[in-house]
Amino acid sequence: MGNLPKAFGQSVRRKEDPRLITGAGRYTDDQQLPQQAWAAFVRSPIAHANIGEVDTSAALEHPGVVGVLTGAEFAASGLNDLACGWMIHSRNGDPMRVGEHPALASQRVRYVGEPVAVVVADSRQAARAAAELVMVDYDELPVVSDVEAAAAPDAVVLHDAAPGNQCYDWEIGNRDAVRKALDEAAHVTEIRLINNRLVPNAMEPRAVNASYDASRDRYTLYVASQNPHGLRMTLAAVIGFGPEHKIRVISEDVGGGFGSKAFNYAEEVVCMWAAKRLGRPVKWTAERSESFLTDAHGRDHITTARLAMDANHRITALDVSTHANLGAYLSTFGSLVPTYVYATLLSGQYDIPNIYANVVTRYTNTTPVDAYRGAGRPEAGYVVERLVDVAARELGIDPAEFRRQNFIRTFPHATPVEMTYDSGDFQAHLDKALDMIDAAGFEARREASRAEGKLRGLGIGCYIEAAGIGPSARLGKLGSGAGLWESAEIRVNPTGSVEVLTGCHSHGQSHETTYAQLVADRFGISVDDVEILHGDTDVVQFGMGTYGSRSGPVGLSAIDMACDKIVAKAEKIAAHLLNVPADTVTFEDGEFASEATNERLGFAEVALNAYTAHHFPTTEIEPGLKETTFFDPPDFNFPAGTHVCEVEVDPATGVVRIARFVAVDDFGVIGNPMVVEGQVHGGLVQGIGQALLEQARYDDYGQLLSGSYMDYCMPRADDVPDFDVGFTETRSTTNPLGMKGCGEAGSIGSPPAVINAICDALGIRHIDMPATPEKVWRAVTSAA
Amino acid sequence: MSKLHVETSINGEAVEFLCEPQQSLLEVLREELDRTGTKEGCGTGDCGACSVLMDGRLVCSCLVLAAETSGHEITTIEGIAQGDGLHPIQQAYLDNAALQCGICTPGLVVATKALLDKNPNPDEETIRYWIAGNLCRCTGYDKIVRAIQDAAGRLAHPA
Amino acid sequence: MYPFNYHKPSSVDEAVSLFLDAEDPAYLSGGMTLIPTMKQRLAMPTDLVDLSGVQAMRGIERQDQKLVLGAFTRHAEVARSEVVAQAIPALAHLAGLIGDNQVRYRGTIGGSVANSDPAADYPAAVVALGAEVVTNKRTISSADYFQDLFETALEPGEMIVRIELPIPRRAAYRKFPNPASRYAVVGVMVAQFDNGVQVGVTGAGPCAFRASTLEAALAADLRPEALAGVDIPDAGFNADLHASAEYRAHLVGVMARRAVADLLAS
Repeated sequence: MGNLPKAFGQSVRRKEDPRLITGAGRYTDDQQLPQQAWAAFVRSPIAHANIGEVDTSAALEHPGVVGVLTGAEFAASGLNDLACGWMIHSRNGDPMRVGEHPALASQRVRYVGEPVAVVVADSRQAARAAAELVMVDYDELPVVSDVEAAAAPDAVVLHDAAPGNQCYDWEIGNRDAVRKALDEAAHVTEIRLINNRLVPNAMEPRAVNASYDASRDRYTLYVASQNPHGLRMTLAAVIGFGPEHKIRVISEDVGGGFGSKAFNYAEEVVCMWAAKRLGRPVKWTAERSESFLTDAHGRDHITTARLAMDANHRITALDVSTHANLGAYLSTFGSLVPTYVYATLLSGQYDIPNIYANVVTRYTNTTPVDAYRGAGRPEAGYVVERLVDVAARELGIDPAEFRRQNFIRTFPHATPVEMTYDSGDFQAHLDKALDMIDAAGFEARREASRAEGKLRGLGIGCYIEAAGIGPSARLGKLGSGAGLWESAEIRVNPTGSVEVLTGCHSHGQSHETTYAQLVADRFGISVDDVEILHGDTDVVQFGMGTYGSRSGPVGLSAIDMACDKIVAKAEKIAAHLLNVPADTVTFEDGEFASEATNERLGFAEVALNAYTAHHFPTTEIEPGLKETTFFDPPDFNFPAGTHVCEVEVDPATGVVRIARFVAVDDFGVIGNPMVVEGQVHGGLVQGIGQALLEQARYDDYGQLLSGSYMDYCMPRADDVPDFDVGFTETRSTTNPLGMKGCGEAGSIGSPPAVINAICDALGIRHIDMPATPEKVWRAVTSAA
Repeated sequence: MSKLHVETSINGEAVEFLCEPQQSLLEVLREELDRTGTKEGCGTGDCGACSVLMDGRLVCSCLVLAAETSGHEITTIEGIAQGDGLHPIQQAYLDNAALQCGICTPGLVVATKALLDKNPNPDEETIRYWIAGNLCRCTGYDKIVRAIQDAAGRLAHPA
Repeated sequence: MYPFNYHKPSSVDEAVSLFLDAEDPAYLSGGMTLIPTMKQRLAMPTDLVDLSGVQAMRGIERQDQKLVLGAFTRHAEVARSEVVAQAIPALAHLAGLIGDNQVRYRGTIGGSVANSDPAADYPAAVVALGAEVVTNKRTISSADYFQDLFETALEPGEMIVRIELPIPRRAAYRKFPNPASRYAVVGVMVAQFDNGVQVGVTGAGPCAFRASTLEAALAADLRPEALAGVDIPDAGFNADLHASAEYRAHLVGVMARRAVADLLAS
């Protein structure tokens, strides 16, 4: 006591690893309940059709089948549609147009994979076999599978409520000022970009195990979720399963999410409904092909953007027009992603006095699109960083120098698109990144590559993002259906060990470690004496889960503030124990002391006394030592960084090899560098995957062509390089710890860095992602 | 189509079970034998999450019929640790933070064991090619490669 | 998977008779394609005849100027075989490029050649080396064996027992892998024999084939440069998400040049 080294800020080994590394993790599919039954969904093989007769008779006769439930029965259940949690208004003031979205379709299907019935059986095999026996008549309708086709005047309309398939036509910024600046510009750079559609591919498929206890009228839902409390609230208040105290949601170990497990999906609703109807616990784990078809996809924008510059190469305006594909239905945050977490980041790291963005979203006969790692910010970063790079090359200026000339240098800085950046030092990470990659030696390396018949290029991606979204009142004004604070509860046990309850959810982010590090330091105890509890709505009172890089700046700040309350109360108790005035007690390194006495008390000693309550007046101070905080961040925080990529292209085949990759990020204060590096690495590979490998491709019939690992190209270990990761630090001012979110940065800075490097290598203006070998080969061939 | 009687060895222990012909080794491990450490990521042999050793060779247990294991020796993640302690490979993964969500980790640890049993001192290119059959969406592989190098060192020079 | 009967014969004759007695059987020879296909419910055989117990289908042996591989030889066994490395190192290299480790430890040469996936690696070697496919009934020359997409000269129930590969003076294999599946978008084996150069191409067309124009050019001048002007028409070539027919034709040229360079350096 009193002499433990500080844990926070150190690369403490992960506390979650001993169980995960021995196969003792408890993921949803690992658990079987008494009387377990399994669900298999009957899914539409057709992208757009009216549903005719659904014949379940053969399925019902299959051995082991407990029940077959159809969309028509679901429609009669009284349960409500899946809903979107964020209201966006079009620029004319109209609310967004939302069509029906039942958990089981009974009238019409709008994408391949949409569930129309569920079979519940004694075994997984029986359920799957019987699901094949459900006969559904489909009356096929025309299909639109991309956003441009959906906009055509004669395009088939998916939802009657959304003429022209348009959900909203939204804008932000000052159009007139931007027009004027464009007219007066010395130079205008224009570019058209496609931000490719991605499949999240968490390696644990989505999984649900729902049960209903009739004697207590209570549901228990085991589910692989990033947001168990948010899900419970939705199941109760939106879907209509009854009051929240009648639903328990448990998300124990969860095998990755990247956004895709933050939403309310049909399968959760249907399994709960079926569990009650059939009186058996109902379990469903997605087959990978179902994951491809039904996990909400990411990105899928088509954007035209113009950047105006004056004669001194200062950026004067940015004009952006984006068409975003929402898929067949509005997913939980589907409306938010292309608006307030996209267009609000279009200023990037640059002082751009005038910005205007128009975003039109449309429904198509494809899987719904929602937040995927970065969610809007990678799309914004890609627009800005591609545009800046092309502009620099058109102006004949070094791209790094052009960026430097236009960096924001004073903070706080209010952009024309809603955000006020509180802190940052953009030049610091640019300079450090260029130094780390040895930009000075690049030309020599380029020559060496050329001598071997290879083309070498260097590309920069400077990104800024907005993490830890808040404050809640502001989000409410912008259309959010929920608040985005976070809660923490700290329970100090009589022996001085501590349990921390958080509403954030770890599915790889190491909260059990990083959170414990802070708490250990705050109380002067060992990291091993701190247990982090999360992921069970019966244990944690409320929370908003983990996404949007909020767990550090928001979730841990709530814990930090709860620690303040514990210390304040413990100091009062210590004053009685030490027999000194309360205002003389201090607490440092795990010891309570006072200038009025030489006596000192350890944290555990005071904890024990808090519970024995023998030595202080319980009329003034309640016994016990437990505190709760709800922290609502006063603003977003703004992680930023510079990623630099060096590629080597084989012009004969078009193969791009990443020769070097440097990422320098400003995440403010860092809790566990080893963990944060891992977050960066993972994000980088997802970004590199987007830039080089990954794409969800549909054909004109709305069939997903890249619906398996045979065709959807996941980054593998031999596709990617080692990374050189560094940090700079400016403290965030919007949370007490000075932290900035680190979970998504890697996926934001890397795509433009890779594409800029390829364009540099080939001497071309643009190439769309993913820059596959054939595309690159064609670019080489036409550039030659 | 009657059940098949299979006698095999799992993690050094003689195991007998009955299975349907269409049950995979993975399915039997997880659902009949309650050894849930081995995970299913794709079910089609493309992701490596279900990797186990069959007679010391790395295989996807989702593509091995349970019936095929008759007379063979199977090692799963549950059989890697030595007694109560972690295997040096597991310790190296832990020390290098080579896992995040942990779902692919059992397969990768098994794949690492298969590699280092065969090649105690692999270079980075060999490591990356060896684990190319194991998808990880969290770590970006960097720290996994570091952990495998570290594990090779530990096994070569036990502390 | 749909239910099926599982059989594990110990001889070729027993395997064939089990096959012929079954309603809609399939041979299981590694299962790296068959099992995923069944799991996706795209195939539903009534009976699986597991060939792993047939000793006559195992083994790697050099017989004079031939390398004889039992049909049930797994890719990893070929990749690390000393005998193969001595006789046809390019074949060991090819086997080490198939799929991933987990596939190489299960998949077999007989399974691959019988399936005749247009993107499989082994067929390039079978045609380039002029191998003979020995079945339970007869010997089929590689020139007659591959017929079309997933189509071979094998008759129903006919089973590959071994594959006999003539040993070239030198050979080399170059592959452009599909970035997702690691199958060959294009794979080219160039083999030099005393009486000429043979070039086998996989991935590009519906099945593996000999590239006669490339062979003619190399017969005259066995250097990469000799292929510079050779036209490779893309008519009938495969086109998919990963590569157009035109790109595949281009890659045949690139892979062939690189294989020749490797061959000369070997």
